[in-house]
Amino acid sequence: MAAVVFVITAVLVLTGGVGVIASRRPVHSALALLLVLLSLAADYLLLDAQFIAMLQVIVYAGAIVVLFVFIIMLLNAQGGGERSEGARIPWSLVAVLALPFCSGLLAAVAGIAMPAGQVPVNFGTIQMVGRALFTRYVLAFEAASLILLIGMIGAVALGKRPRASMEGRR
Amino acid sequence: MTVPPPFFLGLGAALFVLGMVGVLVRRSALIVFMSIELMLNAVNLSLVTFARVRGSVDGQIIVFFVLVVAAVEVVIGLAMIVEIFRSRDTVDIDDVNLLRG
Repeated sequence: MAAVVFVITAVLVLTGGVGVIASRRPVHSALALLLVLLSLAADYLLLDAQFIAMLQVIVYAGAIVVLFVFIIMLLNAQGGGERSEGARIPWSLVAVLALPFCSGLLAAVAGIAMPAGQVPVNFGTIQMVGRALFTRYVLAFEAASLILLIGMIGAVALGKRPRASMEGRR
Repeated sequence: MTVPPPFFLGLGAALFVLGMVGVLVRRSALIVFMSIELMLNAVNLSLVTFARVRGSVDGQIIVFFVLVVAAVEVVIGLAMIVEIFRSRDTVDIDDVNLLRG
């Protein structure tokens, strides 16, 4: 059962990954990214990480992909998009670089024996991850909230333009 | 768990290489961002796999923080892309060469 789910999600992840980097229109790339993220959420469930799977669906598939689609719509409505089509670096050169790297990585992970032992029943649940988050990692958790605040301020500062340049340009 | 952990790591490796190729090949800054997300997700998959193998929840905590940083990165990055598009009318990363010496 788990093997079947893994094969299906692996095929979907790789198809979506190729779709992200190969499709001509940015919207198709965003939808392929959504496919990748949802399939990975299923993989997280196979790995007993319920909380992370839920976060993946809510944060990544729910918020980040929507943000991407929103920006694509904004740029396309203003007549943007990719102007000069074609690869920056020729595909042949990229294949020469990427294939040895990929086979090296695969050989590295195939060589190691990793017995996965038993884990407690509540492994990866919100309760267990939350307990670790609010005890051992509480400082890092606070720092994460600070990073989110900085990101929010940065986005507002970038989106707002100075009054003088606004009059000068438009 | 019936699927051996190296299969998940192999899937993560393949996904990482796909993201790397996307960053190298594509011109659109948006697609480059999506490829970076692919690489982040590949690493997240590896971290969750290692957490399961070790039977320790620490790997999942790291994934949580990677999610937070990825969200902030996307927000700031997309704001920068919109700003670049406003001022230069393009999102082609080869056209943005203001810092070229």
